[in-house]
Amino acid sequence: MTEALMIAGMAFVTFGIRYIVLASAGHFTFPSWAKSGLNFVPPAVLTAIIIPAVLIPNGNGIEFHLQNASLLAACVAMIVGLIRKDLLTTIVVGMIAFGLFKWLL
Amino acid sequence: MMSEAQAPDNCCVIDESQNISGSEILQEILSGSRATLPMVVGAIPFGIIFGTLAEQSGLSPFGAIAMSIFVFAGSSQFIALGLLAAGTGPLIIIATTFIVNLRHLLYSAAIVDDVKHLSGPWRAVIAFGLTDEAFATIVDKIRKSDDAWRLRSVQWFYLGSFGTMYGNWILCTIIGITLGELVPEMSNWGLDFAMSATFIGMVLPYLNTRPMMACVLVAGAMSLGTADMPHKLGLMVSALSAVAVGLSYHLMSRRK
Repeated sequence: MTEALMIAGMAFVTFGIRYIVLASAGHFTFPSWAKSGLNFVPPAVLTAIIIPAVLIPNGNGIEFHLQNASLLAACVAMIVGLIRKDLLTTIVVGMIAFGLFKWLL
Repeated sequence: MMSEAQAPDNCCVIDESQNISGSEILQEILSGSRATLPMVVGAIPFGIIFGTLAEQSGLSPFGAIAMSIFVFAGSSQFIALGLLAAGTGPLIIIATTFIVNLRHLLYSAAIVDDVKHLSGPWRAVIAFGLTDEAFATIVDKIRKSDDAWRLRSVQWFYLGSFGTMYGNWILCTIIGITLGELVPEMSNWGLDFAMSATFIGMVLPYLNTRPMMACVLVAGAMSLGTADMPHKLGLMVSALSAVAVGLSYHLMSRRK
């Protein structure tokens, strides 16, 4: 029951965000500072997810050392992403690196 | 035809859309589907991984499918799994979904002028399907096409584009759930790192201005500092502080 309510809530806010501007057919416009602000949302949210996932992989404290396979693989993914600028390559190489480091360590 | 209910000032639009024949509609749908295909292929691993991770995160198979059908927003679905696995309550998960999907406001604002000739139900369909992929596809197509095409065919092209993405997403979720049940040890393969790798690849293209770098640095530092906050509230606190810093930096550097 809680699960159904949670999914309904998620569906409601997601559709609401996507629909509000289209529903008003352009009568509803953003001030330019709000538009600029929205640009910062994706990298902010994604970074706030990535950093703990990579640095606190086991949920007990920051693991900033070379035995941390997620950290090493994340560095590889970053380098590949900066060089190749291609999402799928970044993901595939990152996952292979993660598998390798996990196996090696 | 759905676009009959038009404001009077859009009279010409009705003529345009009434001219379109069944076979042309089919062609537009197919062409939209084809244009989205590379991104559909890219989404396959994520749909499958989402389905595979669902059960171990505490989401029922039925809930996972329902999420793909009704929410249809990849990154927030993954984040919801992460939060569920950490024992987070539904209200925080819904609030986080809201923050994570706020970027779609930009998408709808970017295309509203190109679709405002369409009827209310059509605009609702477009809104429902407005994922990162559908947005990228339709913007690219509109940029390459003329107004006559847009007024006549944009909704059919979009339907093909979003429909392919949507069907694929639901199908891959089901495949993932099935795989997860057939091969339980898959959860040890480190598939969850796929999410980190994906997000890294998505953040990198943003890092081309100083305000953006400041925003990302604040998000990263805050996320470590707030990691112990209850209910995973740290994610929202970090993201909002990072946006505030990035935006202030942006506004200040423009004023000079």
